[in-house]
Amino acid sequence: MKTTDSPTVVTVATDLQDERLQARDGLRGAVAALLDRARSGDLGMVPVAVGLVVIWTVLQILNPVFLSSANLVNLTMESVPVGVMALGIVCVLLVGQIDLSVGSVSGLSAAVLAVLFIGQDLPVWGAILAALLVGVVVGWLYSQIFNRFGVPSFVITLAGLLGFLGMQLYVLGTKGSINLPFDSGLVNFAQLAFVPPWLSYVFVVVAAGVLFVSGFLHARERRTAGLSARSLPVLVTRSAALLVGLGLVVWYLNQTRGVGWMFVLFVALVLIMHYLLSRTKWGKAVYAVGGNTEAARRAGINVKAVYSSVFVLCSTFAAVGGVLAAARLAAANQSSGTGDVNLNAIAAAVIGGTSLFGGRGSAFGALLGMIVIQSISSGLTLLNLDSSIRFAVTGAVLLLAVIVDSVSRRSRTSHGRA
Amino acid sequence: MLSLRGIGKTFGAVAALTDIDLDVAAGQVVAVVGDNGAGKSTLVKILSGVHRPDSGAITFESRVVDIPTPAAAHRLGIATVFQDLALCENLNVVENLFLGQELRPLRLNTVAMETRSWELLRRLSAKIPTVRVPVAALSGGQRQTVAIARSLLGNPKIIILDEPTAALGVAQTAEVLNLVERLRENGLGVIMITHNMADVKAVADVVAVLRLGRNNGLFDVKDVSTDDIVAAITGARDNVVAQRAARRGEAGNVAAEEGLPS
Repeated sequence: MKTTDSPTVVTVATDLQDERLQARDGLRGAVAALLDRARSGDLGMVPVAVGLVVIWTVLQILNPVFLSSANLVNLTMESVPVGVMALGIVCVLLVGQIDLSVGSVSGLSAAVLAVLFIGQDLPVWGAILAALLVGVVVGWLYSQIFNRFGVPSFVITLAGLLGFLGMQLYVLGTKGSINLPFDSGLVNFAQLAFVPPWLSYVFVVVAAGVLFVSGFLHARERRTAGLSARSLPVLVTRSAALLVGLGLVVWYLNQTRGVGWMFVLFVALVLIMHYLLSRTKWGKAVYAVGGNTEAARRAGINVKAVYSSVFVLCSTFAAVGGVLAAARLAAANQSSGTGDVNLNAIAAAVIGGTSLFGGRGSAFGALLGMIVIQSISSGLTLLNLDSSIRFAVTGAVLLLAVIVDSVSRRSRTSHGRA
Repeated sequence: MLSLRGIGKTFGAVAALTDIDLDVAAGQVVAVVGDNGAGKSTLVKILSGVHRPDSGAITFESRVVDIPTPAAAHRLGIATVFQDLALCENLNVVENLFLGQELRPLRLNTVAMETRSWELLRRLSAKIPTVRVPVAALSGGQRQTVAIARSLLGNPKIIILDEPTAALGVAQTAEVLNLVERLRENGLGVIMITHNMADVKAVADVVAVLRLGRNNGLFDVKDVSTDDIVAAITGARDNVVAQRAARRGEAGNVAAEEGLPS
C-alpha cells in the first residue's frame, strides 16, 4: 500500500491520507520517528538503556570481575524475586496508586511457605499455593479498604508494611528462621536449575521467530484493511536484532552456568504482563484509569474493579517474589522482605520508565529497571562496599530516575504528547 | 422517546434541579438553554448516570428506567459528550474511541478498531492527521470531534451534547451543526446544551429554558424570537441583553442580536 512500491499505484493507506503527514517509509522512517519521539520527551526505554551502559562501564572499570559471565549469571538469578515484585508495582503505578508493602507481604508469604512446608509437612505445592493465597487475600483487603473508604493507597499500604511485618514475625514464632531443605524441588529450582545450552538457543530462535511471524501477520492484516503497516525490511531487521542481541546474551551466560529457569520464569511473567497490559481490554482500562479516572468511569469502565484487580495482582506478585526469595535463600527468616526490598521493587519500576503520575509504563520496564538495581547492588557488593553506601547509591539512582520521569513529563506536555 | 417528569436534585442545601420536565422524541433536536447555574450540567449528569435524581421519573421508550451508572446509560442507548470531553490524554485516538467497548477483549482487534475509527472520523469530516497519537497531541476542536465520534460508536438512540461548539472554530462549528442535523435525519434524539443562540436557531426543533433549576418555558424554534428565549433565560423582559440591544439601536445600529456572545 506504499506509493513507493510501484510508481503506478496511487492508493494511499487510510491512515496516511492527511496531506499534513510526513511520509515515513521503511527503515529510515522508523529510525526518524524514533529520534523524533526521543526529542519530544517520549523517551521510553532509552534512559534506562543508557543508564545501564554507564553503570556497567563504571563498575567494570572498578572491578574487572563485574562483567564476567559467572557474575552476570548470578545477577540474573538474584534479580528475579524483587523483579517479580517490581512487576506488580508497575501495575499499581499505572493506575496512579502505590504499594509500599510488597516487601512485608513477600516476607509474610515466605514465612507461611516455610512454616507450612517444614513445620506442618505439607507438600511443597500446597505450601506455595497457600503462600500465594496470602498475597491474594492481602491485595483483596487493600482494594476493599481503598474502594469502600477511599483511604489513599499510600496510607493503606504503609499500614500494611508494618502490619504484615508483624504477622510475619508472629508466623515464624520464636525460632525466627526456618531453613528449607536443599534437596527440595523449590530450592533446586531457584539455585541449581539451569536451561541446557541447546534449549536456551532454541528459546532465542523461537523468540525471534515469534516476533517476526506475529509482526508479519499483523502487517498483512493491516494492509488487507487498507492501513499502513511496517514494511518487511523493518520486520526482518527487528527480528534479526533480537536474534543477535538475545543470542549474544545467552551465549555469554552459557559460558558458565547459563540461563536459570527462575530467570526464564521471570521473563515469562514479564511477557504475560506485557500482553495483558497492551493487548487486552483490561490493560487499556488500567492505562485509562491512570490517565484520567473520571474519563474511564464515564466510559463505562468499572474503575473499582480495575483497582481491585491491580491491588490483588501486585500483592500476589509480592507473594510470588517472597516464595522465590525464600527458595533462593533456602530459608525464611525475620529479615525476609525487609530492608531495601520494598524500595528496590519500587525503584526498579520507576527506573524502568513507569511514571509515578500514573498512566505510563510497561512490563518490560520492570525487567530493565531490576537489572539496573541489581547491577548496582552486585557491583557495590563486589567492591566490598558496605550496605550503607549501597543504600545511598540506590537512593541516588532512584532520585535520578524520578527526575528524568518528571522532566520528560514536562517536555512531553510542551510537545503535545501525553 | 425519552421523557423526564418532576426531576429534582439537591446538593446539600442547594436545590440544583426542582421539578424538571423534558421530552425528547426520535428525530428531534432539543436545545436546553439557561444561564450559568441554571442546572444544565446537573441535568446532563443525571441522564448520563453520573448523578442519580432525588425525585422524579425517567421514562425511556415508554419504560420507567433507572440510570445508576454511566454504563447503564450506555446500555440504554443514551450517549453523552461532556463539556470536558472526558478523554484519556495518555491514550491514542483509537484507544479513546473504543475505551470501555474494545473489540475482542482478550486479544484486541486493533486493525478493526482503527478501520472503524477512520470510518467514524471521515463521517464527521474530521481533520485529524493520524489516529495513533495520544490525545494530548490534539487541538481542542480535534478532541471535540473525537468525543463526538466516540458517542456514536455504540449506535445510541439519544445523544446529549454538552456545549458542543463552545471550543470550536467557525468551520468546525458548522461541521458539528451539520452532524447534529445528520443525527436527526437518522432518527436519533439529540439534547444539545448550549449558550449559543445562533446554534439554537440553526438546528434545534424545540428550546427548553432552565432558570435557577426550574423549567422556565418550552418553545418551538420556528415561532420564537431570540428575544423571547433570552427573556426566559434571564427571567425578565427588561434584561441586560435587551438593554444593550436597545442602546445600540438608539446609536443607529440595526442590532440583530442573533449570535449572542456566550
